[in-house]
Amino acid sequence: MTASRTPRPSRGPALGRRSFAALAGTGLVAAGAAACSNEDPLAKESGSSSGGSSDGGGPATGALVIGSQQYYSNEIIAELFAQVLEDSGASVERQYQIGQRDVYMPELESGAIDLLPEYLGNLLQYLDESAATGTADDLAIALGEALPDGLRVLPHAEATDQDSYTTTKDFASQNQLAAIGDLAGVEDLKIAANPEFEERPYGPQGAKSVYDADITVVPVSDSGGPLTLQALLDGTTQLADIYTADPSIAENDLVTLEDPESMILPQNVAPLVSERIDEDAAAAIKTVTDVLTTEELIALNTKSVTDKQDSATIAKAWLTEKGLLGS
Amino acid sequence: MTQLLEALAWIADPTRWSGPGSIPVRLLEHLWYTLLGVGIAALVAIPVGLLVGHTRRGRGPVVALSGAARALPTLGLVTLFGLWLGIGLTAPVLAFVILAIPSLLAGAYSACEAVDPRTVDAARAQGMTEWQILTRVEVPLGLPLLIGGVRLAAVQVVATVMLASYIGNGGLGRFIFLGLNLSDYPQMLGGSILVVALALVIDLALRLVERLTAPRGAART
Repeated sequence: MTASRTPRPSRGPALGRRSFAALAGTGLVAAGAAACSNEDPLAKESGSSSGGSSDGGGPATGALVIGSQQYYSNEIIAELFAQVLEDSGASVERQYQIGQRDVYMPELESGAIDLLPEYLGNLLQYLDESAATGTADDLAIALGEALPDGLRVLPHAEATDQDSYTTTKDFASQNQLAAIGDLAGVEDLKIAANPEFEERPYGPQGAKSVYDADITVVPVSDSGGPLTLQALLDGTTQLADIYTADPSIAENDLVTLEDPESMILPQNVAPLVSERIDEDAAAAIKTVTDVLTTEELIALNTKSVTDKQDSATIAKAWLTEKGLLGS
Repeated sequence: MTQLLEALAWIADPTRWSGPGSIPVRLLEHLWYTLLGVGIAALVAIPVGLLVGHTRRGRGPVVALSGAARALPTLGLVTLFGLWLGIGLTAPVLAFVILAIPSLLAGAYSACEAVDPRTVDAARAQGMTEWQILTRVEVPLGLPLLIGGVRLAAVQVVATVMLASYIGNGGLGRFIFLGLNLSDYPQMLGGSILVVALALVIDLALRLVERLTAPRGAART
């Protein structure tokens, strides 16, 4: 043992009582001050997230701003529009992968975005849920009324990319399934889908009231992506909500159940535009939507998913093949 | 303030407190996943940490490994394991185990290292075996630090368990993700507030355990 040293004072708690109280007090005051603010942090200030100006005039250079959803397929379609517009002489600014409707709709209304590829059914459902029934043409007409002033949809394409009740080939043949109605009476049905599918009118509530099928939703938050597909393929769920333009349906020999009652809203690709898109721009966009069918869209998506090409390359190749560039 | 009040009103709504998707059910699921994550991690990390702390060897590689594990993003791990193991409980629990290991490891080896080496020497001189030294001297004296490690791991895991609902499981994350996707912000904020409250409760409870397990009569040099 070494010679005794003066005993050190005992090591109290690392944070003394007084300083702990001070810290807690500051924390409470800060939390209180933040909570007292009535500003809605979830309300989008115009232009704050997309970087566009808030005066509704778009970027100072006068370029058309093209946005896309946070969905690779939507970005490809947006890039198709972007390239035909550039080819027609307009200058274009791209802002892809923005997010959900409640993020980009205010941007469109304020003029920070000028063009975004939308889907008829989901857009109308977002704006006016009660009007969201009928064929694609019905929806297009209803959108004309439901959209706020300054926004309109251009003629929609034949291509659709909608929710589906998809199952494996084996399960379909075991239970003789061809349409959603054939699910009535099958027990223990689970569908892998986004959590909000539960609340959609074409979700389990719709399946019950229209087709008398009892289905439980197993929420997988990747929008019909690899985790959802995996859940279907390894048998954890019997059904999956995989979008109809997804190449994995064909790749994995999956069966999309038919929907004769049109419970699932048609989701044709429709360009949503602001007033800055004039006649010439609309005409350029129309050259794309006239030719875009669901098969074409699946082919475009396959290039992204399987060949891993980026949207610019895919768009250029497709537009060149269709002879839409160089007008 | 209105958002906060709406979220609190959402929590207070009596219909939320009964039925299959209710708050108590999700709370219990959330706690269960936390227990699984921290428990399994403890089975792995605490013995290793005690070994490293007691023998004073291997600290370098262990610290480096646990530092690397801290850098792994849990959502990425959940997605990766989900693709390998399918949706269900195994994938997220594995990710939570990886999340919990660094803190538990650090708690275990610092528990051993915090004991005065002279005390350990004295115990060795008295003829105690290494195992006896570990269990009768180092662990009892270092227990608060060990519990501290468990506390840190538990709070981290409870805050991250919401990711389990990303691939089909329950827990409070159900409210958060559903609220987010439906733009139902009271639900989303309500779920978040519940997670925060749960984390605070667990933290305070384990702090109490820390204080209670401090060895009485331990000399403070």
